[in-house]
Amino acid sequence: MTIKIGVVTFPGTLDDRDAQRAVRIAGAEAVPLWHADANLHKVDAVVLPGGFSYGDYLRCGAIAAQAPVTAEIVKAANGGLPVLGICNGFQVLVEAHLLPGGLIRNEKQHFICRDQRLRVENVNTPWTNQFTQNEEITIPLKNGEGGYIANPETLKRLEGEGLVAFRYLDSNPNGSMNDIAGLRNERGNVVGLMPHPEHAVEPGFGPDSSVAMKSGIDGLKFFTSVINSLVNA
Amino acid sequence: MPKIIVEVMPKEVLLDPAGKSVNNALHRKGHKDITAVRIGKRIELHFDRAVTDADIAEAQQIGESFLSNAVIEDVVSVTVQN
Repeated sequence: MTIKIGVVTFPGTLDDRDAQRAVRIAGAEAVPLWHADANLHKVDAVVLPGGFSYGDYLRCGAIAAQAPVTAEIVKAANGGLPVLGICNGFQVLVEAHLLPGGLIRNEKQHFICRDQRLRVENVNTPWTNQFTQNEEITIPLKNGEGGYIANPETLKRLEGEGLVAFRYLDSNPNGSMNDIAGLRNERGNVVGLMPHPEHAVEPGFGPDSSVAMKSGIDGLKFFTSVINSLVNA
Repeated sequence: MPKIIVEVMPKEVLLDPAGKSVNNALHRKGHKDITAVRIGKRIELHFDRAVTDADIAEAQQIGESFLSNAVIEDVVSVTVQN
């Protein structure tokens, strides 16, 4: 059977086509989902891609969190559907209260665009099961409002329960508390991160690696992970 | 036009980068007595009729659940102009 992974497009989404391509390269069928269509079209998982949904008006992700398709995603996520939020998608997950905390303007005010090293700290999710614990990966990062914040109790809970999925290595690009780059929910099916795995899935178009320029495909494992978890479900 | 005005400010404990930049510019212009600038949002909800107490309660709720994010912002006032 073919695994179907939905990729949401809001007005202002930028990385939906790259996310669809990543899904196909990983071996699944990419199903475009439209923001105004309150229907997930029987997909097996959903990706909320990056961009500037609704112009980032009000707050990043705030209006997208109220979109008809998002209400369906929240319902399905609470029922266990695997959902991955990338960059603006992570902001949408936070605004939709599927993940805790908030994302604010980068500490030094700059929009940061670079290849970023991360440590995968939780491999017990549908989106990370092909990584090894504490594996170090490099995928592109590009955001202006990626500073993760949460109150002290929430941070303590995230750390105590192992809900930090990804942590920045080398220098923290945006002032995120505890160097948090990405989170998972308690159940593990919802994962969000600021860096972009969908831009590191095909040799020739990824980050530089020790092997060759632009050969990095560390992002591919996000998508092969979810396919693996769905096939073996 | 009757309206409800909701004002949202970044939390006191958080760095407000926009306010800090404006404060720096003011200091360059010689306004040394200004110690800090903080920038928030004023959101107007317009009505074609008089605003009721129920509208105000609803605006408060909208303000706290959607117009602001409690993790980073506070609703500092909800006022009416009838």
